[in-house]
Amino acid sequence: MGTVDWSRGLTEMTLAFHILFATIGVGVPVFISVAEWMGIKKKDVHYSLMARRWARGFVITVAVGVVTGTCIGLQLSLLWPEFMRVAGNVVSLPLFLETFAFFFEAIFLGIYLYTWNRFSNPYIHWLLTIPIIIGSSGSALFITTVNAFMNTPQGFTIESGKLTNIDPLAAMFNPATPSKVAHVLSTAYLTAAFLLAMIAAFAMIRGRKDDYYRKSIRLNMTAGLILALVTIGVGDMAARFLAEEQPEKLAAAEWHFETGSRAPLVVGGRLNPETQEIAGAIEIPWALSLLATHHPDGMVVGLNDFPKDEWPPLYVHYLFDSMVGIGFYLLAVPILFLAMLWLKRWNAYNRWMLGGILAGGPLSFLAIELGWFYAEVGRQPWIIRGYLRVSDAATTNTHVSIAFWLFAGLYAVLGIVCLFVLVRLFHNKPAELELETHRIIL
Amino acid sequence: MSIEQLGITVLWSFLYGYLIVASIDFGAGFYAYYGRISGTETIIGPVISRYLSPVWEVTNVFLVFFFVGIVGFFPETAHYYGTALLIPGSIALLLLAIRGSFYAFANYGVKKNSFYLLAYGTTGLLIPAALSTVFTISEGGFLAVRGNEVLLLMEELFYSSYSWAVVLLALSSVLFISSTFLTYYAARAQDARALEQMRRFALWGGIPTIISSLFVFVALRNHNLEHFQRALDIWWMFGLSLVSFVFAVWLIWKRKSYGIAFVIVMLQFAFAFYGYGLSHLPYLLYPYLTLYGGVTNPAMGRALVIAFVAGFVLLVPSLVLLLRLFLFNARYVKGDL
Ligand code: HDD
Ligand code: HEM
Ligand code: HEM
Repeated sequence: MGTVDWSRGLTEMTLAFHILFATIGVGVPVFISVAEWMGIKKKDVHYSLMARRWARGFVITVAVGVVTGTCIGLQLSLLWPEFMRVAGNVVSLPLFLETFAFFFEAIFLGIYLYTWNRFSNPYIHWLLTIPIIIGSSGSALFITTVNAFMNTPQGFTIESGKLTNIDPLAAMFNPATPSKVAHVLSTAYLTAAFLLAMIAAFAMIRGRKDDYYRKSIRLNMTAGLILALVTIGVGDMAARFLAEEQPEKLAAAEWHFETGSRAPLVVGGRLNPETQEIAGAIEIPWALSLLATHHPDGMVVGLNDFPKDEWPPLYVHYLFDSMVGIGFYLLAVPILFLAMLWLKRWNAYNRWMLGGILAGGPLSFLAIELGWFYAEVGRQPWIIRGYLRVSDAATTNTHVSIAFWLFAGLYAVLGIVCLFVLVRLFHNKPAELELETHRIIL
Repeated sequence: MSIEQLGITVLWSFLYGYLIVASIDFGAGFYAYYGRISGTETIIGPVISRYLSPVWEVTNVFLVFFFVGIVGFFPETAHYYGTALLIPGSIALLLLAIRGSFYAFANYGVKKNSFYLLAYGTTGLLIPAALSTVFTISEGGFLAVRGNEVLLLMEELFYSSYSWAVVLLALSSVLFISSTFLTYYAARAQDARALEQMRRFALWGGIPTIISSLFVFVALRNHNLEHFQRALDIWWMFGLSLVSFVFAVWLIWKRKSYGIAFVIVMLQFAFAFYGYGLSHLPYLLYPYLTLYGGVTNPAMGRALVIAFVAGFVLLVPSLVLLLRLFLFNARYVKGDL
């Protein structure tokens, strides 16, 4: 493997690891805030305890998010110096703003964690969650605009090899920004809902019966229903954006080779790359045109319109299909659960339902990874689409393989220890026990 | 002030901020570990943990701010430093990552685990040593540039007396800054035993600090005469630094106004740090990169400055709030809250 491949591998590994914690960092504060507010409003200790317990686990994942984020932040310069040279001139504004967002979040998180009982008016403590949410969602927004720029670069011109006419705001608010930011945020919130529901479902499967767990599942599934709907809506918006601005990525995901109208949607299947024939797939007539243009006669650009050396790898088809599949699963689970709850004919907390909720946790994280791998691999061979190829942007330093193994070891240790610490934290202190001590205080 | 001067001033100030808050943090980690193995943990442990817990994440952001900012204001630095520092940078990241996460694991998760504390304590000394080599490299003579390739000459770095002088200074400064701060914090907490111990560390820590800074000057003269000469042009800044040092140590010796003593220590490092930075200019990297050759385009420069001012308006009140709740709140400091 050459330097470029090692650099790719290391970037992939760091981001794939970071995004797990970053997603928790973006999503969970929203739920902490909601739970704390409901606890105060309804005077219900269950919700207050939820906020506390979630916050306690949250700090530990934030710590890993912070350190891996620091890694990727510096690695961008260490591994892709030529990319950062261009990016520094054109999109350093959102990167810079991102650090302000972190700063803001870090300060208020520090205050939040150590002031649970310090204010006589509980709403003041709850108010501290607002800057935390602004900070974490803001940082996701800013970093995503940088990634959007890599897909649809604008805000500069190149004259005889030099960058001119630079417009930082145009670079930041490029065509990919709205759909990407909306999708990243909605999926982070959705994933958090399923993560928290998963924890409660797990406890109930293990035989815990307290109302605490039921309330947690109810809260998270209600939110999950809304967020799954939003996510699918925004995912559709992202696909339409691709059809318009980055058609080769959509075409690669759909194995759509010939430009034309009334394009069918291909689900699953096997591709013969020589003949471009697809076997064993479910084909839904017109559906791709409908998805991409909202019209059955809509034209969808096919891959054969692009030079072959600019095609992304075609395996992204499976990544895309799996992500979409999970998206519908994450919609089905809350619908089913809430329907059972509402009809009152069956026990909504039966083993099967709980198992379905439990599976939603890992699946939503999987969908995050699949989505990012699709978005990033689908951009290949470009690092800045149309301007800079990945192979021209990598470092010339030949020791990247050493760094790769160093970080592989680091992430393995962090991942394992983090899981271990979280399990210990909640296992040694189940909610029932805390509730008892709380009632004594009350 | 031109954009590039403004940019470097802002970034340098953040690095100075990092120097202070990170030194407190790094040193505290070391003292906490020392407390555990010497059996005096119960004395200084609580003081350290009360200060560190709410602020550790903020410390990290200072550093992130610096390296994101420098690539923003001076994109050319990505090319030189980015290529050359792959391995040392990765090692520093590794240490930072271990430190940050293990602090959280130990503090919020499983208590009383000596291994976590060991990781936390030793990285506190290794990180400043690793980070300080960037200053060494910036003096020139440690990079080989061939066309698009930039190589770090590890051997030169290892056998350079200047490089070791800087590492020594970094380590002793970390321990000195940290102990003077913790002396003040212990005094506010009215924790007499912790105060005595930290005061002793502060007084002893002053000696290597001053010796190694003289050592750095001598080594700089041998390594980069041009920079040394510029430093002599603003000798008064270094003189003021020395005066501040003497004054601060005298106050601590006399058991007077520990708070003022710490502010003077901050001044001591401010004079030295800005003096060093000022005499380093216009070079960002001897002899390849200057402030003027490496700066970003004016449009981005303006945007970054505006963002910075807006961000500052947001951050300063929040930081003040944080400090008021945890550093200047007597009841919190004493552990009553
Ligand atoms: C829980 C996670 C999750 C779920 C359920 C979905 N997605 Fe997604 N998707 C992501 C998580 C994600 C992501 C990780 O957030 C990505 C990666 C990059 C990005 O912008 O968002 C993404 C990217 C992404 C892209 C590429 C955008 C681009 O590269 O510009 C498209 C077209 C879709 N998604 C479409 C969908 C559709 C139609 C879904 C419907 C069911 C869907 N996604 C569900
Ligand atoms: C956090 C979620 C993300 C994941 C999981 C992810 C995943 C990936 C993957 C799989 C690649 C390698 C593609 C290939 O070589 O085939 C890659 C490359 C890269 N990504 Fe991302 N990415 C994420 C977000 C981002 C963001 C937000 C940025 C920009 C700010 C970014 C910048 C890069 C760069 C610079 C490369 C290297 C060049 C390349 O291979 O295209 N990534 N990422
Ligand atoms: C190339 C891509 C990325 C870079 C350079 C990056 C950079 C960073 C850095 C430097 C930190 C630590 C901040 C600190 O010190 O407090 C961090 C943490 C974080 N990042 Fe990333 N990040 C990237 C990708 C992402 C993505 C794609 C998301 C969200 C969708 C994200 C969201 C977060 C969040 C929420 C944290 C949480 C830490 C906290 O809560 O403070 N990051 N990131």
